[in-house]
Amino acid sequence: MSSIALPRLRTRDQRESLRPFALATPLLLLLFFSFGAPIAALLSRAVYEPTIANALPRAIAALKQDSGAGVPDEPVFLAFAADLKEAQAQGSVQEFAKSLNTRLSGARSQVLRIARNAGQEQATSKEAMIKASPLLGEPRFWAAIREGANRFTSFFLLSAFDLRWTDQGTIGAVPADQAVFVRVFGRTFLIATVVTLSTLALAFPLAYLMTNLRPAIAGIVLVLVLLPFWTSILVRTAAWTVILQKYGLLNDLLLWLGLTSQRLELMYSRTGLIIAMTHIQLPFTLLPIYSVMRSVPPSQLRAAQSLGAQPFTAFWRVYLPQVMPGVLAGCLLTFILCLGYYITPVLIGGASDQLISNFIANYVNAELNWEMAAALSFVLLASTLGLYVTMTRFFGLDLFKMG
Amino acid sequence: MLLSPYPTAAERMRVGALWVWCVLVLVFLVVPIFVPVPLSFNSGSFFTFPLAGLSTRWYEVVLGTDRWRAAIGNSLLIGFGATILATVLGTLTAIGLSDPKFPARRFVVPLLISPLIVPVVVTAVGTYLFYARVGLANTYAGIILAHTVLASPFVVVTVGASLTGFDRNLMRATSILGAKPMTGFFRVMLPLILPGVLSGAAFAFVTSFDEVVVVQFLANASQRTLPLEMFTGLREQLSPAITAAATLMMGLSILLLIVANLLARRSRRIAGAVQE
Repeated sequence: MSSIALPRLRTRDQRESLRPFALATPLLLLLFFSFGAPIAALLSRAVYEPTIANALPRAIAALKQDSGAGVPDEPVFLAFAADLKEAQAQGSVQEFAKSLNTRLSGARSQVLRIARNAGQEQATSKEAMIKASPLLGEPRFWAAIREGANRFTSFFLLSAFDLRWTDQGTIGAVPADQAVFVRVFGRTFLIATVVTLSTLALAFPLAYLMTNLRPAIAGIVLVLVLLPFWTSILVRTAAWTVILQKYGLLNDLLLWLGLTSQRLELMYSRTGLIIAMTHIQLPFTLLPIYSVMRSVPPSQLRAAQSLGAQPFTAFWRVYLPQVMPGVLAGCLLTFILCLGYYITPVLIGGASDQLISNFIANYVNAELNWEMAAALSFVLLASTLGLYVTMTRFFGLDLFKMG
Repeated sequence: MLLSPYPTAAERMRVGALWVWCVLVLVFLVVPIFVPVPLSFNSGSFFTFPLAGLSTRWYEVVLGTDRWRAAIGNSLLIGFGATILATVLGTLTAIGLSDPKFPARRFVVPLLISPLIVPVVVTAVGTYLFYARVGLANTYAGIILAHTVLASPFVVVTVGASLTGFDRNLMRATSILGAKPMTGFFRVMLPLILPGVLSGAAFAFVTSFDEVVVVQFLANASQRTLPLEMFTGLREQLSPAITAAATLMMGLSILLLIVANLLARRSRRIAGAVQE
């Protein structure tokens, strides 16, 4: 009997679990189409860059026949000229020149000139071509071409860590004047850490006070915390640009209190940025701490003290361990969100306070270097998701039990 | 409650210091967001107190010039589009998730929440790149879809919360009484979870209405929204019109979110009452 009934039961179960899933399908499809696929496509550009390989089929085939490293022999030069001539005719030469320029800065204008010449006259010899454009006689030019011949590349991901393949085939640091990204990541993590600690210093006592207030007053304080929480980051950043002006409110206040003797330059400074980010993130740190603190009975502290513990001991040994999950959750949440800050650094930070998101946007908007933007996105996303998984796995933080 | 029945002097000092610190923190938290409000009524064109005089000239700029009006119109269009889509899709998803038989919930829920965690620049740049390929860049549809993605987690979570108290036996009862699933949904389930749905819709609208990064990448010159107009204004030339726009945006967000929270509270109460 059961051997007949069991399969039927299972199919019914499957159908029943399919129906709730079907309800979620439209949203999941939208997320795939408008979120997952775009991000996957973006990240793929960090490792897949076929422009050079597509533009130079003949030269790359000839390079494979060529003997060694360094500047290749004449057949490669002639094939290169033929490829450029075709690229020029098809209009794809701009793209190729730009792509090569990201690997070899300054190559762009030379390549475009070679292509123009190749379109006009037949290339004759290696010597003539090198004479016309000396860049072709340099080994580093051909190293860049050989690297670009491979459609899959680690160039951009390595660049995101200020690393590159050396001529000896090992991974080494890029020249000091080109090293930017480690410093930018370091700055992003530093500012995120400072902001996280500042919000903790402000939020912890307030959350503690709120748990000890009469419910009606605690409710009012909670509304005061939620008001800025509900105001958009842009509006709050706008408010801070007004406050931080040289003749703005904060400078007025500092002068009036006699804390400073002259007006400070707070706009476009790191101090201003950290103040504004601390203000914006404060509720994110506070709410998880508050929700955990509310679950700790206040009588425990008193019990510890009546058993002879000093106030500090009671706090350190009895209270803090219990509220630690909330503290860690709030801090991690703020830290994660700080890593992705974009608007506030643009509007309040100075040139040396731009965070990783600003560099990503700049590579897309100004430099049109999608590959570098993709590589930086990859590192940013990996750090963020890594911390998020830590947060949910180890601290069981539910993002939405806060409001 | 903070003081023990017979407080020592040291204890009084500690609690006093705690109060002073917390009042300062609250001042730091609340005062900045209200600073643009009086400045937006300034008749002068500087951001300084005391005000030169009261006037509504900056509101006339924001509500009267074509540039700002077009931006407000775009914001409302995109906001309503994204709200409708996010509310319908998010509510369906939340109903599916509330079924205990939902498969692979451990993986699906973090996936649904991930638009809130992924840095918004990464989302914006990725969407821009992908939409350019499929022909959705610089279209209202593209911006609405992108905003729907960012807003949907709020709907899923809010409606999900109002469904935790929903008694699934009610749906069985409707089908036993002969109602088709759709009738059961519209006549029994939806009225009970409606406050949660509306509250999710309000969150979704505010998310879209405040969003600037995705719009910055996806919008063309005629699709500029209110936040984008503010962002460029802040970047290029600071005009007091921005304080007026900020005040309007803040007023709308706070109003909608107060309504949303009252509705969410109501939906929890209804859920509780039905369960009893």
